This record gives sequence, C-alpha cells and structure tokens, in this order.
Amino acid sequence: MTKTPEELYQERAKRVDDAIHLRIPDRIPIVPDAEFFPFKYAGITVEEGMYDYEKTYTAWKKTVTDFEWDEYIAPFTYSGSVLDYLDFKQLRWPGHGVKPTHPYQFVEPGQVLDGKEVYAPMSAEDYDWFLDDPSDYMVRAYFPKIAGALAPLAKLPPLHGIICYYQGVFESLSALGTPEVLGALESLSKASTEAFKWLNSFLGFIGRMAALGYPTFCLAVTHAPYDYIANFLRGTRGAMIDMYRNPEKILQSCEKITPWMIDAGVGGAKATGIPVVAIFLHKGFEGMMSEEQFRTFYWPTLRKVIMGLIDAGMTPFVFTEGDYTSRLKFIKDVPKGKVVYHIERDLFKAKEVLGDIACLTGGPPNSLLCTGTTEQVKAYCKKLIDVVGEGGGFILDPEAPLVDENPENVRVMTEFTKEYGVYRQ
Amino acid sequence: MVRDIVSALADLKEKEALKIVQERLSAGDDPLSILEDTKQAMGIIGKRFETREYFIPDLVYSGEILKEITKMVKLKLPKTAQDERPGKVIIGTVAGDIHDIGKNIVTFMLDINGFEVYDLGVDLPAQKFVEKIKETDANIVGLSGFLTLVFDSMKETIEAIKAAGLRDRVKIMVGGGLIDDEIRKYTGADAYGRDAIAAVSLARKWVGGK
Ligand code: B12
Repeated sequence: MTKTPEELYQERAKRVDDAIHLRIPDRIPIVPDAEFFPFKYAGITVEEGMYDYEKTYTAWKKTVTDFEWDEYIAPFTYSGSVLDYLDFKQLRWPGHGVKPTHPYQFVEPGQVLDGKEVYAPMSAEDYDWFLDDPSDYMVRAYFPKIAGALAPLAKLPPLHGIICYYQGVFESLSALGTPEVLGALESLSKASTEAFKWLNSFLGFIGRMAALGYPTFCLAVTHAPYDYIANFLRGTRGAMIDMYRNPEKILQSCEKITPWMIDAGVGGAKATGIPVVAIFLHKGFEGMMSEEQFRTFYWPTLRKVIMGLIDAGMTPFVFTEGDYTSRLKFIKDVPKGKVVYHIERDLFKAKEVLGDIACLTGGPPNSLLCTGTTEQVKAYCKKLIDVVGEGGGFILDPEAPLVDENPENVRVMTEFTKEYGVYRQ
Repeated sequence: MVRDIVSALADLKEKEALKIVQERLSAGDDPLSILEDTKQAMGIIGKRFETREYFIPDLVYSGEILKEITKMVKLKLPKTAQDERPGKVIIGTVAGDIHDIGKNIVTFMLDINGFEVYDLGVDLPAQKFVEKIKETDANIVGLSGFLTLVFDSMKETIEAIKAAGLRDRVKIMVGGGLIDDEIRKYTGADAYGRDAIAAVSLARKWVGGK
C-alpha cells in the first residue's frame, strides 16, 4: 500500500529527528545541501531562477522529488531584482560579474576584483563607532558601503540626533528630504517591496513541499560572531591583523553582537516554525588561525550563540568548513543530543570524539561525486555508514554543498544510503 | 634588552621592530642593511610556518609589519638578484572563483623562498595564463581554486596552455579547498599541493630537476 504524503512527511521527520537526538532511526537519513545543484539538473540557469522565483521552485521540486531525499536544506536563491534595486556590492551574480549558469558569489570587504577594491572594509578606527552605537554605524556607514543605491545614507546626521518634540520631528524629516536621500529611500522601497514578494513566494514553496511529504531541514541562519566581523565588517585580513593589533576591540565586538546572532537565529526559526538553525563556520579552522586564537577569539562567543539557541529550544546545525580535526576537542563542549555538526574532513575522527555528544552529518567528497565511478561512491558511503552510522546519530550529506556534481553519482549516493543504511536491530 | 630586527620581526613584535628600525635610521644606518635583516626574518617566519609553529594570521601580520618597515625606510625590498632566483612561478585563481586567501599564502611562501612570483589575481580567463607564460618565460604555473566549478576552469586553462603549444615548457600544480589528486588527474596538471608548503617543495623539486 502506498503511503500518503502526510504519512511520508511524518516518517521522514521522525527519521531525521531520531538521528538529531542520538536515537537509532529506521535507517540513516539523507539530507543533502543541494545549494546550486538543482539549476543545471533541471536545465535552467541560475540567472533565470534569480529573476523568476517560480523557476527556482520548479527546479527544486524536481530535484527533491526525483531523488526522494528525506529532507532538504531550503534553497537560498536570492532575488536578483532586489540586488539590482540596491546596486548591491557584496555579491556578484549572473549578469553582474558571473556567468548565467554560475552561483552568485559573496564578495568580502576589501576584496580586489579587476584591480579594484569593490568596497572598503570597516576601518580599525571605526571599531569605536561600531561598539558605541552599532545601529548608527550600520545605517550610516555600512549600508552605504555595501549598496550603491544606499550611499546617500552616509549623509544623514547621527541617528541619536533624532530628538522628540515637534522641532525634532521637523529637523529629522528634513534630513531625509534631500533629493539624494529621497532617491535612496525610493530604491529601498522598491527593494523592500520585491523582498517581501520573494519571501512570501519562498515560504509558499516550503508549504507546497510539505504538502508533497517533504519537510525542510533548516531555514534560519546565523553566524559565529568572529565570522560576522571577519566576513562582513573587517574582511579576513583585517580580522586577522586585529587579533594582534586590536585584540580588545575585536573581542568586545564579538561579545557585543553575540545576542544579535542568537536573536537572528531564534527569530528566523520562530517565523518559519523550523527549529534547526544553520551556522556556517568560515574562519576558525586551521587554515585560518592557530589553536590559541581559536580558543581566544572564535570559540567562546560561538559557544554562547550555540547555548543561546539551545536555551530558546532551537537546534544549532553547525556546519564546519575546512579541516576541524584539531578543533574537535573544543566543540565537544556542548550539551548532549542538542547540536548537529556537519564535518567536512575526517568524519571518522569526529565520530570518535563527538559521537556520544552530537549528531554528525557529512559524506563523500564533492570531487568524488564529480569524477568518481559508481563503485567508488558506493564504497565510500559504505565505509561511512559502517563506521560513522554505528549506533545512530548520523545524517548523510555530501562533504560540501552540491553545485554541479554528476547527477548519476548523486543518485548512487542517495539510493545506496537508503538500501544499505537500514538499521537492523 | 636590545634586540635586533631579525628576531623582533620574526617574533612578530611590531612595536619593538619599528622602534629598532627608527633607531637605526636615526643613527644613519644603511636602509639596505635594514631590509636585508627583514629578509632574513621573513625566512625564519616561513620556516616556523612550515613547522606549524606559525599559522596563516602570523604570516599575514608579518606582511603587515613589513609594509610599515618599508614605508619607514622609503625603499622597496631589494629584489633578489636574477641569477639567485631559483625560478619563476605564475599563480592565480582560475575563472569563476574569487577565493584568494589560500593563493595569497602560496604566493607569500614562494616569494620568501626566493621565487619570482607573478600573482595574476582572481577569476582569470585561461588566456591570461597563456599570455603571462609567453611574456615571462616562467616554467611553473600554480592554479588555485575552491569551488567545484573550478575543476572545469582548471581543465580548460591547462587545455589552453596546451593549445598554445606551451604545455611542455611548464610544470603545472593545482591546489585549494576541495581539490585533491583525483581532480589533479581530471585537469591534467602535473601535481596537486595540499598547502603552501607543498607548493614550495613542488616548485623546488621542479627547478632542481632542471
Ligand atoms: C573563507 C571562504 C570564503 C570567503 C573567501 C574570502 C577570500 N578572500 O578568499 C568568502 C566568505 C568570501 C567565500 C565566498 C564564497 N564561498 Co567560500 N569558502 C571559504 C572557506 C571556508 C575557506 C577557504 C579559504 O580561504 N581557506 C583558507 C586557506 C588558507 O586554507 P587552505 O585551503 O588550507 O589553503 C591552503 C591550500 O588550499 C593550498 N592552496 C591554495 N591554492 C593553491 C594553489 C596551488 C597551486 C597549490 C599547490 C596549493 C594551493 O595552500 C593554502 C595555504 O596553505 C571554504 C571551505 C573550504 N573547505 O575550503 C569555503 C568554500 C570554498 N566556499 C564555498 C562557496 C559555495 C562559496 C560561495 C559560492 C558562497 C556564496 N554563495 O556566496 C562564495 C563564492 C566566492 C567566489 N566566487 O570565490 C564552498 C564551495 C562549495 C562547492 N561545492 O563549490 C566551500 C567549500 C564552503 C562549503 N563547504 O560550502 N568563501
């Protein structure tokens, strides 16, 4: 007898939930982060999907239902139109620096493309401004840097200058009334209208997938505080140098934004009803800092974010990027059965250290999925299932998000996991 | 305790290093001899990175201190004489990718090991590499990339080098994030390097073998 979508939904959700909470599910769940894979797979370009949201959803629906994954990580395919209205500098996207078929790409502060710095990082001197009045810094310094259309906001008087009583109202409003600032507000209004439309269409898609029997694994995203500073404000180089020249400032800033990072995750999870909150870790692995620096600058506030999410009833999905082997001894210091760790390198070692504490996700290298044979993919998955799957607490997904791996190998990975990954009690 | 520039810089003591530079300049020391000392310090820093005593931020910071010193002495670092340079390396991040941290570290390490490095930047069409090989007569090419989509860009770059009739003139190494030996085979490169240290030993091996 075939199961109804509702039954399948419950079955899949339970399978994943069991793995997350270190119980033994009926079999190992498979939940790939398909990221940009559905575009090529379904025969559309990234550009089409960024401007015609329905096309993205059709591609995703085809991908998820063809492979019948247990859950899927929601597509973060941003709206090209919103980026256009903003003249956004922090991404390159199809038609704006990348080919129609390529993923949009984050550009960090201070990065040089075609011999030019795209936008400047926050200066070390501006730490004081940021620490003293972060919202003022964001509105008057940060937004003007990252969006050409918002550059006029740099001319606004300080936000704390908005005083009450009627003269205050008139003064504040007149500051917004210059032709330049009005132009910025107009762009902002267009971008916001489109963003609202985009978000609703996105949530509609999540609902449609649920009706077909597919739960979403996670939707809300937040950041490790050090990454937030390094990725968005100071740039990788700037943050690295701050660890020597301005250690107090970068630490204070990480502390300052820790509650924001918790709120962002909890807010996103509450708005969508999906309790898993992703935190992609960029700049704490061995290629980026020493162990001592990790222990000082990275882990303490990341741990606070993790704990804050747990205290609010959420499940942090901590996605380590790069080699975390030397960091395992730190990140095991979390409550049992409350955190999911994605491990890119050496899942076997991670199982030894974290296996009793946290659910692990990970799987075959993307290089293998690109160029390997069916037998190689199966052999790799078998070893993972045997060793890392032992005793539950394992979800299979590829080493890194999918982009243009061989669909045949993705199918082999999926079907083999379903067949061989069954727990026989 | 008065220390010399070599150890102050090698230990990343910025204030101390800059103070000694200032003192030596005021005492009328030859700026070139100061720069020779910094070169020696950079060599020590590179060694400490190889032995995992130093990490990437240490390299980045040392580069930053060095910048300050060269500003103070108002001179560029003297180039190692051409005949002392073991070889020329062209390096860059291939088309479609703008990750540059790993590549910059490779450049840095090759540079302090005496190689003449031409860092072409990021998101480079294959033709850029071809032109630079012709222009510089370099015998080593390093292709960096972090995204899955660079597997093809690397392959195309190497094919373009071949099509230009230059493949026999250069040794090609690939590296970065998700690259491994499987991808090396796929792209047709001569070697895969796991990190900047591997890049240096590959380059050394290739020039030594000549
Ligand atoms: C930091 C980072 C970023 C930074 C880059 C900042 C910068 N200025 O370069 C930011 C945040 C901007 C970024 C953006 C993006 N990233 Co990114 N990023 C990373 C991360 C976490 C680390 C890469 C890095 O800089 N490492 C630092 C170096 C020093 O460490 P290392 O690799 O050990 O370095 C050594 C070797 O690589 C080697 N090496 C390097 N080059 C060469 C060359 C030669 C010849 C040799 C021999 C050796 C060699 O030597 C280095 C020094 O020892 C990786 C994760 C990973 N596993 O690599 C993802 C990763 C590469 N990024 C990824 C993605 C998807 C992106 C984005 C597309 C995301 C987005 N949608 O915006 C954009 C794309 C931007 C672009 N077009 O390049 C994915 C790729 C997935 C895939 N399947 O393709 C990864 C794998 C993360 C993940 N797991 O999802 N990223």
